[in-house]
Amino acid sequence: MLEIKGLKADVDGTEILKGIDLAVPTGEVHAVMGPNGSGKSTLAYVLAGRDDYAVTGGSATFDGVDLLSLEPEARAAAGLFLAFQYPVELPGVGNANFLRTALNATRRARGEPELDAVQFLKLARAETRRLSVPDDMLKRNVNVGFSGGEKKRNEVLQMAILRPKLAILDETDSGLDIDALKIVAHGVNTLRGPDFSALVITHYQRLLDHIIPDRVHVLAGGRIVRSGGPELAHELEAHGYASVAAEAA
Amino acid sequence: MSGRGMSAAAQREARASLAQSFLARFEGLKARLPGDARAREAAALAFGERGLPGPRDEAWKYTNLRALAGMAFHEPFTVVAGCNGLLDRLPAIAAPRLVFVDGRLRQDLSRLPGTMRVSGFAQTPDFGTLVHPEREPLAALNTMLAQDGAMISVAEGVDAGTLVLASLAADVHGRPVAFHPRHRVRLARGARLTLIEISLGEGVYLHNPVSEVLVGQGAVLTHVRLQDEAPGAFHLATLYADIAARGTYDGFALNIGARIARTEIHARLGGENAVAHLNGAQLLGGTQHADFTSVVSHDAPSCTSRQTIKNVLSGKSRGVFQGRIEVARGAQKTDGYQMNQALLLSADAEIDSKPELEIYADDVKCSHGATVGALDADQIFYLRSRGVPEPEARALLVRAFLAEALDPIADETARTCLDEAVERWWERQAA
Repeated sequence: MLEIKGLKADVDGTEILKGIDLAVPTGEVHAVMGPNGSGKSTLAYVLAGRDDYAVTGGSATFDGVDLLSLEPEARAAAGLFLAFQYPVELPGVGNANFLRTALNATRRARGEPELDAVQFLKLARAETRRLSVPDDMLKRNVNVGFSGGEKKRNEVLQMAILRPKLAILDETDSGLDIDALKIVAHGVNTLRGPDFSALVITHYQRLLDHIIPDRVHVLAGGRIVRSGGPELAHELEAHGYASVAAEAA
Repeated sequence: MSGRGMSAAAQREARASLAQSFLARFEGLKARLPGDARAREAAALAFGERGLPGPRDEAWKYTNLRALAGMAFHEPFTVVAGCNGLLDRLPAIAAPRLVFVDGRLRQDLSRLPGTMRVSGFAQTPDFGTLVHPEREPLAALNTMLAQDGAMISVAEGVDAGTLVLASLAADVHGRPVAFHPRHRVRLARGARLTLIEISLGEGVYLHNPVSEVLVGQGAVLTHVRLQDEAPGAFHLATLYADIAARGTYDGFALNIGARIARTEIHARLGGENAVAHLNGAQLLGGTQHADFTSVVSHDAPSCTSRQTIKNVLSGKSRGVFQGRIEVARGAQKTDGYQMNQALLLSADAEIDSKPELEIYADDVKCSHGATVGALDADQIFYLRSRGVPEPEARALLVRAFLAEALDPIADETARTCLDEAVERWWERQAA
């Protein structure tokens, strides 16, 4: 279970997260919704360990382990996965090589045997088929020349192959058409189970029609201002963030 | 001895003193040196006038030889035993090979090819026609003191396969030595050859090879060079190539060794539709210095030249690229391209890049570019967020940076040999 208590973080001396309290029990999918600039992406990056954010207070633990004290790669090995809002291009790095390097690094950190090229390709092909991702996406350089939708699908493919225990999806729905959105949702839904949790960060309710969350949290001004069931997403869609935030204040 | 704090006058004096010692060596040896005595005398005259290049020589503006000038070099022993350790460091390539130890051809260590004519310069000395001792002081030094080298020729229409040319510096003396091998590679019309040249060694030495390359009509020379000299070595290599109509010189030079290295290439595209690829990569660390200098002369219409030089620089190392494309008046439809890129892995590393175009024809396509940057923090974080530890993430990104330069090398043997060298370099940096 992910437990965030009083988490505060700065970027360049400006406080963005002003005391986040949030708990995602194992097996649950929670959504974090909020207006632009509310700190959603900062929360995602702080949890994944990006070093241009300074944590100034509070804690974040995953299955009792202090996440904030770990290097980003150790967080990944512990089972955390961040699907990037803007996936990064890696010219000169083949996608298959990238995925196998990532998978084997994680397996090594967990004391599991590494996969050879043949074993890996078998696994990767099974996942590309399941997610309706064309096989040639494995041959191309990571995210280079990918459309917005292809980049997001590639994030979901990575997630499917790395099998995290906790996935954070940072606005994975932004810029997606409905077909790509369904593929992304399908990718998350097939991982759902008693050992998988997810934090779905989104601006819109649209994605939550396809990934039904157990809980919805509203993030505004660097704090969680409201929490509720899936119906909260519809309420936000109908009345807007301003009214919900005002009501909470 | 490093001479970093030396005054300009003291540096000049040190250069003059080393030049004098080379000239004195020539006086002592000249009666016994093989080949055209007049060519040697002319070279000695030119070297005596010019001396070793200094910072005021435009072509040597970015490469200061003060560390070399502080050395006293000795003559290598004529017969050297006990270089088996170095032989073991050669990549296992199942091809004929010519092995030079301290500049001398060692028949006993070589495997002579059946597909081409090969001899030693000591037996069949030929200074050729392309080298310009009056213009390039290091070529003058070589012409003056060359004792041996590889004379390679492939007959018309023959595909000669692969030949390895290994230069080993054995350090049996325990004191600095200098050797100046003189190589010549001649491909007749329609001939083909893949030449893999490897330089490595131990100790402190000057390896000053000069190569003359003649690519006949429609002939193809693939020339892959791996310079992995000892950390205390000076490697100053000058190559002159002349490429006839429809001929291709496909060159790649990987520089990972030596204290100071210079890869200087003068390539002349002398017949229509000739092609020159002068690609390379320089991977440096510590206080290493490597200079890639090229002059491509488009002397005939419809010729193509391509250059992609990548530098990966860590520590306080310094990379230099000087690239000049000259297009003669009649060389219409010239297609010239030059790209120099540097990846700086530390704040103290430095790259100097000097591209030059000199165009006297009006219907040409010539372009050049240069980029300098550090590893991208977003890319590193992306990889780490996928579980890849930071050192491995950096290594992956450096390899990706080099891929564009290495990928055009179609010869699998050569490519494997370079990939392994890149891995060795990376391991050295991590150590």
